[in-house]
Amino acid sequence: MMGVPLNYIARNLWSRRLTTLLTAGGLALVVFVFATVLMMDEGLKRTLVTTGELDNAVIIRKGAETEIQSGIARDQAGIIEMHPAVAIGAQGRRMVSKETVVLISLLRQGDNKPSNVVIRGTSDMGFLLRPQVRIKAGRLFHPGTSEVIVGSSIAARFNDTGIGQRLRFAQREWTVVGVFDAGGSGFDSEVWGDADQLMQAFRRNAYSAMVVRLADSSRFEAFRADVGEDPRLAQEMKPEQTFYSDQSKALSTFINVLGLTLSVIFSIGAMIGAMITMYASVASRVGEIGTLRALGFRRGAVLWAFLAEALLLGIVGGVAGLALAALMQLASFSTINFQTFADLSFRFILTPGIVVRTLLFAVIMGFVGGFLPAFRAARLNIVDALRAV
Amino acid sequence: MQPVVEIRNLAKSYRRGGQIVPVLTDITLDIQRGEFTALMGPSGSGKSTLLNLIAGIDKPDSGHLRVGGLDITALGEGELADWRSRNVGFIFQFYNLMPVLSAFENIELPLTLTRLSRAERRERVELTLSLVGLSDRKDHYPSELSGGQQQRVAIARAVIADPVLIVADEPTGDLDRQSAADILAMLQRLNAELSTTIIMVTHDAHAARTARRLIYLDKGELMLEPPTI
Amino acid sequence: MHALKLITRNALRHKIRSGLTVFGLLIAVLAYGLLQTVVDAWYAGADAASKTRLITRSAISLAFQLPLSYESRIRAVEGVTTVARSTWFGGIYKEPKNFFPQFAVSANYLDLYAEFVTPEADRQAWLRDRRGALVGRQLADQYGFKVGDVVPLRGTIYSGDWQFVVRGIFDGADETKITRQMLFHWAYLNEWQRTRPGRRADQVGVYIVGIDAPERAAAISRAVDAQFANSTAETLTETEQAFQLSFVSMSNEIIAAIRVVSYVVILIILAVMANTMAMSARERTAEYATLKALGFGPGYIAVLILGESLAICAVGGGLGLWLTPYAAAGFKQAAGGLFPIFAVSQTTLMAQVLCAAAVGIVAAIVPALQASRVRIVEGLRAVG
Repeated sequence: MMGVPLNYIARNLWSRRLTTLLTAGGLALVVFVFATVLMMDEGLKRTLVTTGELDNAVIIRKGAETEIQSGIARDQAGIIEMHPAVAIGAQGRRMVSKETVVLISLLRQGDNKPSNVVIRGTSDMGFLLRPQVRIKAGRLFHPGTSEVIVGSSIAARFNDTGIGQRLRFAQREWTVVGVFDAGGSGFDSEVWGDADQLMQAFRRNAYSAMVVRLADSSRFEAFRADVGEDPRLAQEMKPEQTFYSDQSKALSTFINVLGLTLSVIFSIGAMIGAMITMYASVASRVGEIGTLRALGFRRGAVLWAFLAEALLLGIVGGVAGLALAALMQLASFSTINFQTFADLSFRFILTPGIVVRTLLFAVIMGFVGGFLPAFRAARLNIVDALRAV
Repeated sequence: MQPVVEIRNLAKSYRRGGQIVPVLTDITLDIQRGEFTALMGPSGSGKSTLLNLIAGIDKPDSGHLRVGGLDITALGEGELADWRSRNVGFIFQFYNLMPVLSAFENIELPLTLTRLSRAERRERVELTLSLVGLSDRKDHYPSELSGGQQQRVAIARAVIADPVLIVADEPTGDLDRQSAADILAMLQRLNAELSTTIIMVTHDAHAARTARRLIYLDKGELMLEPPTI
Repeated sequence: MHALKLITRNALRHKIRSGLTVFGLLIAVLAYGLLQTVVDAWYAGADAASKTRLITRSAISLAFQLPLSYESRIRAVEGVTTVARSTWFGGIYKEPKNFFPQFAVSANYLDLYAEFVTPEADRQAWLRDRRGALVGRQLADQYGFKVGDVVPLRGTIYSGDWQFVVRGIFDGADETKITRQMLFHWAYLNEWQRTRPGRRADQVGVYIVGIDAPERAAAISRAVDAQFANSTAETLTETEQAFQLSFVSMSNEIIAAIRVVSYVVILIILAVMANTMAMSARERTAEYATLKALGFGPGYIAVLILGESLAICAVGGGLGLWLTPYAAAGFKQAAGGLFPIFAVSQTTLMAQVLCAAAVGIVAAIVPALQASRVRIVEGLRAVG
């Protein structure tokens, strides 16, 4: 079967530049929304998954969903710490970080509105267990002092979080002595300080949660069973990665449902645009179609020629929308996490998978918009079509 | 008596891809009231351009052009539009009727630019329809009419506002022999009975013979005699 | 008159094209309206909040509670009429997705919330039952709770399995009031705390403070906070409305994103509409040139195109506008209680009208200018 040459198809789009531009522009906007939603979800997931280390486990009170709701009494913490499955680090120290996690409210830069921020009381062990956390500027807090360090996205977005500045909460002044980078994980949206100092200030006598490094990840199940069954304990254990990624579920579902519903609704608009354009393209070229058919091109070739034109339109829109969306990688997004009530900041991340899905979406829009007009063109009767010249 | 159209040293050129192409060079011509003039000449001779200039839809580069005693080259775009609506009736090769309007409404169109009441307009349209023999077709749309019928609607539209001048650009160019003869006869009758001044561009010698005066154009200049073929 | 005829007939000339454009406008105007309503719904809690009630909470954050001893000290502040306790419970009903707020409240809580209309018999029944609960009408409708039902909740902050007995259902005084919450006895929660090792009893999440004069809200707030300044648990007092708005503002980037996206759909349809008008105007170049030759001015041509664009937008936008309340009702149903208040506001309807009109005008600008400026001689030569 003879095909209509592709450059003939492309030239048709070019010859009607304004129409092509407007139609592809509509498609590009939908693609932009679609890609941005996927990028946002990817960023959110990656932020919370990278928050967890593979060999780490989190221990929280049974029924609690977040560290903030949780509590572990000192004696309970001692029992867990001594479990044989806990890894032993340098100088024979047990790899356990007993932490206190609470929410404080800080004022955002720009609008000066309060937002909840997680403050985590930890120790040097907290850093050993989370190698992705590195000091970017300034220094670590000294144990036993009212010093804190802030995550990079806190430093960028809240008042009084620069090095040397003071935060006031729990009747004390806390000096910011450093900024840490947690490799895009959720810790970037936290403030860290000395666990004992924070517990004193907040008048707490129990820890919130514990993070333990397993000597051997295969012993996780046994460890979990021991924690679950010990009558002195009211805690449960979860792999750190699962624990944090579970916390993104509600937000992730919200973003996905809202974003994808909107993409589908918006795509109706853009497909209508493509359909109008393609119907006009067919109508203005009836004579040409007759000529092509008379020259010996089959109905299938005509169908394909117009379908290809619509698909090309979709690809142009898809690439333009994707390029626009790629710029979003420079931006970050922050919101309250519905599950932890704490502020969380994450980036828009473009992956090859998203690129493929987005282009596919654009091509499908082109196909749906182009099919009926192409079908109409293919069904034209040669004699009638030639008469329209 | 003052001529309807007075043309003195009229010139017009077009830009085509950076080059200036002269279309009319130094035309001088008078057309008297009640004349039926045919403008003839080969393609590219400038006959349509001359017609467009006389009709006030194009502007000359230099020279004088008075129609009905008025120097129309001095008029602004808006004034020119008003002037056309009162003084010129158009007949085109492809009829140029509004496809969404019925025959009646197409003919009525120029009257919507006047202060005539609805009833007066209706009366005049009905009269003109009968003049062109289309009273029974008044509610038909152009797509439901034959070429000859469409051109008759166009003639009705051209005469309805009682213009000083009717310009016709190849009015029979798209018609079969019989329809063309009907249209020409109708123009002749308008000229004879209502003494309407008609200027018609055509390249068909047969059509041109209906006119009372023939003017030949070649390469932008007036010829006194028809070129030897 | 004639212009109107030409406009309507031109608009109807390409039935498929105009039909598709109208449909696209309908979708866009509808989607815009729903998105604006989603944003409004976010603020519904704050809109319904009272200015005559203050909320006193821990200055550190909501995750911290206040001592019970503060109650009498707050009541002693001049201008304060009533002080009620309220603690966020955060229990899960069967599955985490069945989220609804539960508060452990003091018996006088309902005195401050006159907008929650509770039959006196129900109220008495609730007061008599230690494990009794009151549920709002919207919540009761969603899960089919009836008086006498046992509602099991799994505690997250207060771990364990809890069971409450529905003793009454309260209605909102009008449809702007959110009644999608459950109230039970603070005393019951406190007893439980007392019996658990490592738990601190006599703690209150927030105090709801009734005041005698709303215009003194700021002064009374300062007076309350001054009482506890430099204590171990400093307070932050603000009106209920400000308190609710502080929640809304925490997700303000999401709200901003929804706002932006609601205009994206308008831009999409603008591109579609502009394309429709550009194609139509281009196809009719010869007609417009003819009209100009007959003596119609460029303004007339522009009016024809603008009028056609506005006519299509009026039909599409009008249909979208008409459907918006129905779609909003359907959306509210489908969202399953996520948005207890989901009413299309007058402002939204106005904005929809403006958007449709703006699309109609903007889409017509370029084609109208081009067509009205077309040179007659060239325009007459143009075909299709």
